[in-house]
Amino acid sequence: MTASNCYTTGLRCQECGRDYPAKAVYSCEYCFGPLEVTYDYDRIRRVMSADTIASRPQNLWRYRELLPIAGEPAHGLNSGFTPLVRADNLARELGVQDLYLKDDSVNRPTLSYKDRVVPVALSRAIELGFDTVGCASTGNLANAVAAHAAVAGLRAVIFIPAGLELGKVLGTLVYGPSLISVKGTYDEVNRLCTEIAAKYPWAFVNVNLRPYYTEGAKTCAFEIAEQLGWRAPEHVVLPVAGGTLLPKVWKGFRELHELGLIPELPSRLYAAQPEGCSPVVDAIREGTDIIRPVRSPQTIALSLAIGNPADGYYVLKAVSESGGYGDIASDQEIIEGIRLLARTEGIFTETAGGVTIAVLKKLIDSGRIPRDESIVACVTGNGLKTTEPMSGRLGEALTIEPSLASFEDRAGKLLELAAA
Amino acid sequence: MSVKVRIPTPLQPLTDHQPELEASGETLREVLANLEERYPGIRERLYDDGGTLRRFVNVYVNDEDIRFLKGEDTALSDGDEISIVPAIAGGGPACG
Repeated sequence: MTASNCYTTGLRCQECGRDYPAKAVYSCEYCFGPLEVTYDYDRIRRVMSADTIASRPQNLWRYRELLPIAGEPAHGLNSGFTPLVRADNLARELGVQDLYLKDDSVNRPTLSYKDRVVPVALSRAIELGFDTVGCASTGNLANAVAAHAAVAGLRAVIFIPAGLELGKVLGTLVYGPSLISVKGTYDEVNRLCTEIAAKYPWAFVNVNLRPYYTEGAKTCAFEIAEQLGWRAPEHVVLPVAGGTLLPKVWKGFRELHELGLIPELPSRLYAAQPEGCSPVVDAIREGTDIIRPVRSPQTIALSLAIGNPADGYYVLKAVSESGGYGDIASDQEIIEGIRLLARTEGIFTETAGGVTIAVLKKLIDSGRIPRDESIVACVTGNGLKTTEPMSGRLGEALTIEPSLASFEDRAGKLLELAAA
Repeated sequence: MSVKVRIPTPLQPLTDHQPELEASGETLREVLANLEERYPGIRERLYDDGGTLRRFVNVYVNDEDIRFLKGEDTALSDGDEISIVPAIAGGGPACG
């Protein structure tokens, strides 16, 4: 990565600090710690300003100096820059004053936050000479890899645990990848993918391309800060599964602060996990830095059902450095969170989003998040993909005959119609 | 106790390129100490400066993660199989 418009200096072990070239490697040969992309911030500071960013198209590449590609952005040109919704109705309901939702449920083209990490990974895969990409996924990543690979003309081999929601399976198959359903948990799928990545010359976005892939998640922080007028919010609530998003949002805010794009860094980050798979939040609440994997996750939030989170330690670190906390949501609370968000703000989020909203409410109710400070909750996925757990929990349509008499007879009381 | 230990590729230069070794010890801690005696240098790859197993080294006894057992104090029986496995990029993030 030597091009003059490339600001990446290489990869560095997050554990022992050893440096590596920016290739398809992801763990330290010495201590096995995960590698992370490093940048030349002095050079970036000279070329990246709020004005240069404002002059660029509204997609995730408007922050390209802080993303790990060597060439010009060519993939995912319509991804990212999702709405930051001022959520006054929800704020009123929760009793807070300044609440926003980062709405990745309408990210393009596959309706989840994965549309911001996959273009970065695939761009780097192409630069490194791969023609086949893959992933281990609980669904949203499968959708995003399949879609972006199809557009980029790459072969896609995608691994999912058996039993995923139909919407996520069909939302992958429609793009024509090789989709492999593994009889096991996500963690077993991921372990298998690591073995496959070692044997076949494929770019697994969340295995051997993980250092690049995860950098894409920083764009969530960049966008939030820009959309707030170049300031960071005081509180950010995020869902945690494998642990990419939260530490990278923290890294994103820190980079903006380091570059002088935001004057202060007041943000506290909060982790949201489902009851039944909360290894990271358990560690936060117990005040330990040991994460005990969950062997058999039990939750309707399948996209958060990762019992052995790759970057869980870095979630703990980011939460601790920022002064945040974490909480969990039961299946019932997840459903209530989904309904609350829908009826107040018109956003139908998936189960992971229900976890986020439920935890947001708990953190406010418990006083962890003060009612008069700025809050952003990250809504990372779309409810139309995970309808199964909603089925039967929302009531049902009233069925009538196609006549006025039947309408008034059946619906009259429901709608409190005045007698004609 | 005599147990079998599987060595991951990155550590095999330290074990004369043997992928599998016999080792002895009553507990996992003793087995790893036994390995260090015979193949010096292996300890610093597995343990951090504070003397605890590195966070990104996973150890399995008969395919069970030692975090579900008693960690390094896990007692061993003759013929147990121990696998040392670099922790993988274990997860697709927030919505996998």
